[in-house]
Amino acid sequence: MATPVMDKAETPDAGSAASPYITVTFRVRRFNPEVSAEATWEDFQLEIDPKERVLDGLHKIKWDVDGTLTFRRSCAHGICGSDAMRINGKNRLACKTLIKDINPEKPITIEPIKGLTVLKDLVVDMEPFFQAYRDVMPFLITKDTNEPTRERLQSAEDRERFDDTTKCILCAACTSSCPVFWNDGQYFGPAAIVNAHRFIFDSRDEAGEQRLEILNDKDGVWRCRTTFNCTDACPRGIEVTKAIQEVKRALITRRF
Amino acid sequence: MKIHKYDTVIVGAGGAGMRAAIESTKRSRTAVLTKLYPTRSHTGAAQGGMAAALANVEEDNWEWHTFDTVKGGDYLVDQDAAEILAKEAIDSVLDLEKMGLPFNRTPDGTIDQRRFGGHSRNHGEAPVRRSCYAADRTGHMILQTLYQNCVKEGVEFFNEFYVLDQLITEEDGIKKSAGVVAYELATGEIHVFQAKAVIYASGGCGKFFKVTSNAHTLTGDGQAAVYRRGLPLEDMEFFQFHPTGIWRMGILLTEGARGEGGILRNKDGERFMEKYAPVMKDLASRDVVSRSIYTEIREGRGCGPEGDHVYLDLTHLPPEQLDAKLPDITEFARTYLGIEPYTDPIPIQPTAHYAMGGIPTNVEGEVLADNTTVVPGLYAAGEVACVSVHGANRLGTNSLLDINVFGRRAGIAAAEYSQKADFVELPENPASLVEEQIERLRTSTGTERVATLRRELQETMDANVMVFRTEQTIKTAVEKITELRERFKNVAIQDKGKRFNTDLLEAIELGNLLDLAEVMAVSALARKESRGGHYREDYPNRDDVNFMRHTMAYREVGDDGTETVRLDYKPVVQTRYQPMERKY
Ligand SMILES: Cc1cc2nc3c(=O)[nH]c(=O)nc-3n(C[C@H](O)[C@H](O)[C@H](O)COP(=O)(O)OP(=O)(O)OC[C@H]3O[C@@H](n4cnc5c(N)ncnc54)[C@H](O)[C@@H]3O)c2cc1C
Ligand code: SF4
Ligand code: FES
Repeated sequence: MATPVMDKAETPDAGSAASPYITVTFRVRRFNPEVSAEATWEDFQLEIDPKERVLDGLHKIKWDVDGTLTFRRSCAHGICGSDAMRINGKNRLACKTLIKDINPEKPITIEPIKGLTVLKDLVVDMEPFFQAYRDVMPFLITKDTNEPTRERLQSAEDRERFDDTTKCILCAACTSSCPVFWNDGQYFGPAAIVNAHRFIFDSRDEAGEQRLEILNDKDGVWRCRTTFNCTDACPRGIEVTKAIQEVKRALITRRF
Repeated sequence: MKIHKYDTVIVGAGGAGMRAAIESTKRSRTAVLTKLYPTRSHTGAAQGGMAAALANVEEDNWEWHTFDTVKGGDYLVDQDAAEILAKEAIDSVLDLEKMGLPFNRTPDGTIDQRRFGGHSRNHGEAPVRRSCYAADRTGHMILQTLYQNCVKEGVEFFNEFYVLDQLITEEDGIKKSAGVVAYELATGEIHVFQAKAVIYASGGCGKFFKVTSNAHTLTGDGQAAVYRRGLPLEDMEFFQFHPTGIWRMGILLTEGARGEGGILRNKDGERFMEKYAPVMKDLASRDVVSRSIYTEIREGRGCGPEGDHVYLDLTHLPPEQLDAKLPDITEFARTYLGIEPYTDPIPIQPTAHYAMGGIPTNVEGEVLADNTTVVPGLYAAGEVACVSVHGANRLGTNSLLDINVFGRRAGIAAAEYSQKADFVELPENPASLVEEQIERLRTSTGTERVATLRRELQETMDANVMVFRTEQTIKTAVEKITELRERFKNVAIQDKGKRFNTDLLEAIELGNLLDLAEVMAVSALARKESRGGHYREDYPNRDDVNFMRHTMAYREVGDDGTETVRLDYKPVVQTRYQPMERKY
């Protein structure tokens, strides 16, 4: 157990009258195969402003207490998809989760997302996730060999049709919250289906049939059991389950 | 150590790197080395839009766009480059649309456009709708679309590879690029990439400021790598402070919010921009708005108990418009501030945003070794580079444009070069510098900590070389940076392992930030005038007689090993437009 002394100069509200700081415990899942084959829990006590992010807490640990704590992050505001992790048993982005929103009274547990191989602490192997993404042909396919000179036209309604699924930041929070994916890593997983949806329902795209065939596979959309974990997990507020349902319906009706 | 051989190596997989990769992979055997997974790059954070005079919603043309770019940059822009930027903007937006980018549409199905700061009709008459956008996640859509097309083209990525050194070999008295040295995060292994052409597309360096819109990973690695090898950095004193960062956090709220009608207000509710920029008001160029905000704060009209911010007011806009056009930034306000933008104004302050300066290149993306000589085989594009299309102050929406126009140009030029050139011989022990650096950090028993030094650096930069500068504040910064560079020699890390050692990399990144901070401060000290993003209270006017020129900073190492920054200057390319006083 480490009890760090925090450098308050770093923190925004330092200096204002009432101290906003509270003490919280971060209970972090540690794993470093260079040191031990076993994963363990480690507790860190932090003085933190509850308006700060879980990511700020992890940085406090890494920067001031234990530099070996390892996690991915970049943008720090929910845009790059680097820091999906299991926080109190739920998949979230550490940079989009404020301490005050997750009951700081009790220890806050932080683990790597599930279903992907853990490489060190909170870092997992993302390759299988990106492979599933690449498998759905996530790019616009058009048959015309003569490129138009101006933009292709698209009505605002047609553009709206797939707006929701264009928001995906490939953070894997959905896929790694899916019980089907935990049991069988071969399942494409919600994120890949979301990204297929983004093209299937784009009026400019002409390979919808092909993508549907890929998702008709035994590891495709039919594996989804509509548990809604993915929708709950998505930090971009994408209605993931709805997108999967729309793809299923398109497979039956062949209309999209 | 592993050695790889590629025709073309691209450092970075943000917008510039991937736009280059799409061109270069078609023409030459290409590897893209990137410290982040491509879709994690900070291009994805860009919100507002990408400028192009498509004239889809009102009259517009590339000449007006060129003029705005030159004027916005306070005439330090190289006008030949700005003209290329504005002309090729149109095809570059259309190319993205054809690649699949889901732009917002007009009622007749063409790409919709909106207003943005500094973009005007007919040389400043009134704001013009020139920014092409996809809600307030234009950068996200550009990054995704380019990545999708890289997947389609089969671009070869080396993800989580950190480039730490640039290899240069002298042949017949000419410095040539021989390749790069990279560190593989997953294993700690060192890789040498021999390449006929190298393109730097490694992004900005905003992390030397504390309040910044930049990602933790924007640490100027590319700029630092070439600078350490004796190549110059151009115009590093010019850094853009975006007017509307979330108070104290720095997270950006796009200028598109003001483009949609948002208004800046002081504590009296006054729309203060009317005083400072009667025509363009809240949409004057960024340096002007940021200074106006700080003037309000300094004169006691700031908001909050400490009077240290102002408000961005969106409450008069219909909620449907906010939902449709600004969904992400309104959510930032809710998530990080607990504020409902439908009903409450958002506290904001200027945030360190964009490096106008960088690695000097010509319009083909070739890197310069001095004012005129190119380094054969070395290219740069995007925020890491300085072409210079942004001069002393970049206009909003011109960077997403820059990365596409000059990313594409660099990709083509580098691949064509590598198709006709031979490999340059690698220097002896090519990885030695990196190996020594890593070994020193891993085995150091020093007492300094990375986080402490970084914090002190960021604090001194925010306090002394931000929106307002004086000789005194800049000198304070220089002294502090010198002290920190000295203390950095005594830095130690805790993680001594090989696997995913981000502790080690943060130390290396801090070293890069310290080098660049010094270049910035020394360049700023010598520029005794005010121009664009560089505002000297002790020299409040622009001085075209003495300072209408680009700064070129070189690293000099004395016989005793002491390092200094040597400054030189390069003329500005002026074609159509004579410098005028800048009014908005
Ligand atoms: C919040 C925000 C909003 C913005 N909004 C707009 C806007 O609306 N319009 C506009 O025109 N501009 C905007 N900008 C500016 C613009 O987004 C950036 O300038 C631009 O995207 C930079 O692109 P880039 O490709 O040069 O760099 P980045 O996208 O930052 O990519 C850098 C790449 O380099 C890699 N890299 C870095 N170091 C190394 C290394 N050592 N080794 C290997 N790889 C490395 C990274 O992995 C990454 O892939 C905004 C910027 C910010 C921060
Ligand atoms: S759908 Fe949502 S949760 Fe899934 S990868 Fe995309 S952004 Fe993440
Ligand atoms: S750090 Fe980018 S999404 Fe959290």
